[in-house]
Amino acid sequence: MPLTNRHLLGLQGISKEDIQLILDTTKTFREVLERPIKKVPTLQGKTVVNLFFENSTRTRISFELAERRLSADSVNFSASASSVTKGETFKDTIRNIEAMKVDMVVVRHSAAGTPQFLTRVCDASIINAGDGIHEHPTQALLDMYSIKEKLGKLEGLKVCMVGDIAHSRVALSNIYGLTTMGAKVSVCGPSTMIPRYIEELGVDVIYDIDEAIQENDVLNVLRIQLERKAREYFPSIREYSKYFGITEERLEKNGKDILIMHPGPINRGVELSSSVADGLNQIILQQVTNGVAVRMAILYLLGTLN
Amino acid sequence: MKIILRNVNLVNPGQKINLSGTNVIIEGGKISKIGSLDPEDFKGEKKEFDLTGKYLVPGFFDMHVHLREPGREDEETVISGCNSAANGGFTGLACMPNTEPAIDSAEVVSLIKKQAADHLVNVFIIGAATLGRKGEFISPMAELKESGVVGFSDDGVAIKTAAILKRVLEYSAMYNLPVIEHCEDETLAGGAMNEGLNSTMLGLPPLPSVAEDLIVARDLLMAEYTNGRIHIAHISTKKSVELVRQAKKSGVKVTAEVTPHHFTLTDDSVKTYDTNYKMNPPLRTKADVEEIINGLKDGTIDCIASDHAPHSAEEKEVEFEFAPNGIIGLETQIGIALTELYQKKILSLEQVVEKMAVNPRRILNIPVPKFNPGEPADFTILDTDEVWTVDFNQFKSKSRNSPFNKKLLKGRALGVINKSRMYFMGEYFDI
Repeated sequence: MPLTNRHLLGLQGISKEDIQLILDTTKTFREVLERPIKKVPTLQGKTVVNLFFENSTRTRISFELAERRLSADSVNFSASASSVTKGETFKDTIRNIEAMKVDMVVVRHSAAGTPQFLTRVCDASIINAGDGIHEHPTQALLDMYSIKEKLGKLEGLKVCMVGDIAHSRVALSNIYGLTTMGAKVSVCGPSTMIPRYIEELGVDVIYDIDEAIQENDVLNVLRIQLERKAREYFPSIREYSKYFGITEERLEKNGKDILIMHPGPINRGVELSSSVADGLNQIILQQVTNGVAVRMAILYLLGTLN
Repeated sequence: MKIILRNVNLVNPGQKINLSGTNVIIEGGKISKIGSLDPEDFKGEKKEFDLTGKYLVPGFFDMHVHLREPGREDEETVISGCNSAANGGFTGLACMPNTEPAIDSAEVVSLIKKQAADHLVNVFIIGAATLGRKGEFISPMAELKESGVVGFSDDGVAIKTAAILKRVLEYSAMYNLPVIEHCEDETLAGGAMNEGLNSTMLGLPPLPSVAEDLIVARDLLMAEYTNGRIHIAHISTKKSVELVRQAKKSGVKVTAEVTPHHFTLTDDSVKTYDTNYKMNPPLRTKADVEEIINGLKDGTIDCIASDHAPHSAEEKEVEFEFAPNGIIGLETQIGIALTELYQKKILSLEQVVEKMAVNPRRILNIPVPKFNPGEPADFTILDTDEVWTVDFNQFKSKSRNSPFNKKLLKGRALGVINKSRMYFMGEYFDI
């Protein structure tokens, strides 16, 4: 059974069947990653361009590894979002790359909707590797796979996204994907970081981190941006970590076995204390391993569609 | 040449005229006769138009146009903008001062006037309210008034501070000229679309409606305090309409305009990330559109204006967040107003004419064309029944940034008459 769409732009509107197919396929590739030789010839002869208009070491390396392990030819194109400064428009850049006859484009960009824009100006399959504060579907898929791997299911689970929801593409993709798969999603963070009307997506809003711990099976803790712009939304790092940071004491106080996830990179001592980041409840590094498998699954499913 | 318009319906709410199936003769650019025709009338060189079922109305006037000259002649010029206006059914327009340089001196005013001098379309000019539209010092309003400007605005942004707004309103009140405000609190500005569920779902930086409401409230209070005249440009929120309605009741000298896109579209349209749905103020919600319709019906909103904002394709065909705000509207707005307001019986034809021909001129102290023998012929010819499809390749504007391309409309302008010239079915000729 193939995927119903030749692009992966986001998880909004993606069917349960398609998500299930991706997660099932991930399982196969997860096994490949345990072999002594981790490479399969599945995408031999296919060309993938990793088009990164925004710095991202982790996601890019994860995609690169996935592409190599599927034997695809891949090239990296990194540029600042304003390659326009060189006098070349974004559209021209894309057309140039497409003229080189590529099959798939993995795109990361600081502006929301860029992957959609690409589908209009280019024939390749587009995979969204994060667009602005919109979606980051592969991250959500690896999060979902990791939860399922650890807890055996998604349906009926209660998952809380913690942190800056308003500026998180990870949160939105998780909300769409998890809700589709039958999980109950809530968000927890300072009210200035919770977007208006988020409840209309079927999400509960919690302002008390202890309540979030008590109510949920999984906490997916987001990275707090520490630069000045993000800091306009909360008074101080100290206040943030005091009221929203996850610490061992806090977990013990609530006496609950809860799964802790984080998309990385972690601000230790801010959203997660070091002891929690390295503790028994977390699966942060498994998420990273699963990330490669999920991306292999997506590249495989889209690359073999035609 | 003599022009005979046969069997035409006359509508002019400015004179309370609503006549059906009459004849109008125009000679030397002036009305020479209205009524039944004699054999005498057919003598001499003449051009006849059978306008059975069509309407002759005072020339439509768009009080919110960006002509881009001087500065961005690649996007629009005074001439291309006037051609676009004529093709869209307008005989007059007022252009906004956010050019490069801004229209804050008599020299720039005279440059624009010179370019427009020979065109059928009358170009009136809105001067900058503050020097360079920077919100620091008031512009030379007396000199601008003398050189012919008909209002003041820092359009693109609101007048920066309450203190300078106060002075602008006080100073402009000496000349009874309106201050036209783009209402947006600058500390809340910068978003790419309306703040709401859609902005969250699309991941686009939000621009909250309260940014508009705050400045509308500030401006209404200041207009009341100074007894100055304020005109709210491109009103877009429910709250702002309510504020203006309230202020009108208590006697504040306020008028308001709305664009066709703000009474037809909502932020649902942004879902495609098509930058032709990016403008400022942004498209709002269904509740806002409904209140705007109420405001159009009850007279809270005085007029319809396009906020015609040409942008080059290179600038618009980029990531949504990086695209400039604005769409063109001169060549679609009569069709949209007739389709969405007149055909749907929200407004009568008289009300449409009032909001697109009469009120804009009254706000700017410009005489409204009259149907009297001896008066200059300044008219738009409307066909309210024609069904047509918008094709932006037919536009006379230099730009193509319209979200209404391929839209099916009912009703359009067939032509315009002004300054002893006529534009009909795509051709100009002297009359």
